[in-house]
Amino acid sequence: MTALLEVEGLVKHFVAERSLFGRATAHVKAVDGVSFTVEAGKTLALVGESGCGKSTVSRLVLRLIEPDAGAVRFEGRDLGALNAEQLRAFRRDAQLIFQDPYASLNPRMTVSQILTEPLALHNLVPPARRRERVEELLRLVGLEPRFARRYPHEFSGGQRQRIAIARALAVEPKLIICDEPVSALDVSIRSQILNLLRDLQDRLKLAYIFVSHDLAVVKHIADRVAVMNLGNIVEAADAEALFAAPRHPYSRALLSAIPVPKPKAKRSRIVLQGEMPSALNPPDGCRFHTRCPYAIERCRSEMPQLSDDGIGHATACHRVAELPPADAIVPSDGGFTPTLEKLVAAFNAVEAVGRTGVGNETRA
Amino acid sequence: MTIRPLIEIEGLRVSFQGDDGRTTHAVDSVDLSVANGATLGLVGESGCGKSVTSLAIMGLLPKQSATVSGTIRFDGFDLLQVPDETLRDLRGNRLAMIFQEPMTSLNPSFTIGDQIIETILRHRGGSRRQARDRAIELLRRVHIPSPDKRIDEFPHKLSGGMRQRVMIAMALACDPQLLIADEPTTALDVTLQAQILDLMRELKAASGAAIILITHDLGVVAEVCDEVAVMYAGEIVERAPVDELFANPQHPYTVGLLGSIPRLDRRTSHLATIEGMVPNMANPPAGCRFAARCPFVAGDCAKAAPPLAMLSATHASRCIRAPLERLVS
Repeated sequence: MTALLEVEGLVKHFVAERSLFGRATAHVKAVDGVSFTVEAGKTLALVGESGCGKSTVSRLVLRLIEPDAGAVRFEGRDLGALNAEQLRAFRRDAQLIFQDPYASLNPRMTVSQILTEPLALHNLVPPARRRERVEELLRLVGLEPRFARRYPHEFSGGQRQRIAIARALAVEPKLIICDEPVSALDVSIRSQILNLLRDLQDRLKLAYIFVSHDLAVVKHIADRVAVMNLGNIVEAADAEALFAAPRHPYSRALLSAIPVPKPKAKRSRIVLQGEMPSALNPPDGCRFHTRCPYAIERCRSEMPQLSDDGIGHATACHRVAELPPADAIVPSDGGFTPTLEKLVAAFNAVEAVGRTGVGNETRA
Repeated sequence: MTIRPLIEIEGLRVSFQGDDGRTTHAVDSVDLSVANGATLGLVGESGCGKSVTSLAIMGLLPKQSATVSGTIRFDGFDLLQVPDETLRDLRGNRLAMIFQEPMTSLNPSFTIGDQIIETILRHRGGSRRQARDRAIELLRRVHIPSPDKRIDEFPHKLSGGMRQRVMIAMALACDPQLLIADEPTTALDVTLQAQILDLMRELKAASGAAIILITHDLGVVAEVCDEVAVMYAGEIVERAPVDELFANPQHPYTVGLLGSIPRLDRRTSHLATIEGMVPNMANPPAGCRFAARCPFVAGDCAKAAPPLAMLSATHASRCIRAPLERLVS
């Protein structure tokens, strides 16, 4: 079975400095040999710290920027070989949702205009039926159809993110790239958007590439996770397996740094010392060796390759076999008391009833 | 208890006069106290009044548009009554604050050294030489590598995590008794967040200062706080020691917040959501402000504003239906 999306050996270096004569003298190695696949209807999460290259990867996948090397194949077709018209057709299949719902909607367009534009651009729905389709899209993301005449400033952050999702859905895509879609939202709104993304995936069989630095959110939404550090994937595994037993020292450090909402939870803590090295001048060998507590001489000179263990868990670390077991990196005792479980369930019960009248964010 | 708290806030109210003549009640009868060496977490979502509360303590609210009433007692002073001159002596000296945005809260046209030294000279006096030595010492304490060189750098040369550490160094310049940290790690990656939280714990242990940590992240609260106050729509809706709050929350809003955090300990298909929106603070509802969004709402909830009632010696909740466990058993 071929995957929906295959990315192979993707490389993107940006020129950071030029000499007097315009020759490039320094490069930022934003993405340096990244490969992964995304299955139809599944979610791949790209995680890592700011500057690790995760957003650049998502832009390369959509061919918003051109790669220096490597290939992206969508349903078996090489995107690099597409002409302008074919590329436009591809953009129907793959959409993008951005982090900031305040900046990603044009303030001078009504919701109706925002949602009609992609329909007209791809000539999907005859003009007479577009109004109907806009109302359908709004209902799909839990907004009331009468909102179509309003402007973005009349909505809250969560509602705007719903509009951005509706816009992405307008062209009936197969893949949506979500670039930190909930990072700008409050916790209670964040959970609404995450639930919505989940529901839509189930109903429309969407595949997501979910770019995020929030690992608790990733654990909730992802089927597969790729951990990036300085332009490389250092570990890729099924979400369940990664959170149960992370292998790469960098993944372990990331997971152990997630604050857990349980005071005095038993866990081992790996606090990385030092700063992330600059992508302008990444260290030789393993790019994590400057911060790695397990680094040996070999790590300083030789770059480890990402190698799969045969059951879909790939790690790029020379010492992966010798590392101590990953005990209590993600605490298993982070649970709620039985009473609290019941109280939380009461909130879910109310929501299940409330979902029929989905426009109930409008009270303000 | 016989020990007097370091800071005691009683009946704090802050309202803003809008251009359109409407008054927004951002903070409504807030009572808080923090003892020496304790960390209080002030939790809530955007617009709940947590940052306005901290700005009121620091005396940083705009005088033209904000109306502040109540008392804020700090070591014998009422911070709302003292003359500006006294407040300036306290601020940066015995009261210090760390802001969320390390990018915008440092002055880009001065070196970080200048900015720390200014604070030391203003409050401690002494020679510039001594102040510089102290500034280097402070940078070392917040784990900035080669502080004797870094001190002469401009903020734009530093990464986000470094800038936040510079902010902390500056806040600590005069060994404050009370440190207010407003979302100090929100703009940072998890690995840096862990470093900064460790640093705050370390500094508290070393200096015995009290900390008010303002955050929307309950995970961060669980890691560093001793006591928690949850705010909703300008009011404190629940206050409890940290263990108690997470094990036995007694306000429905707190339960909703806890339920909306993605779980690490098991797989959940659906997260709890708090339906609806916060009430309009220009015209808050008469009864419980959370009633319209509450799954446990009953007839009496909308009638009168519930008081913040003590359920035990240390646990208070502004919910007439508490204790909540009897509602689900």
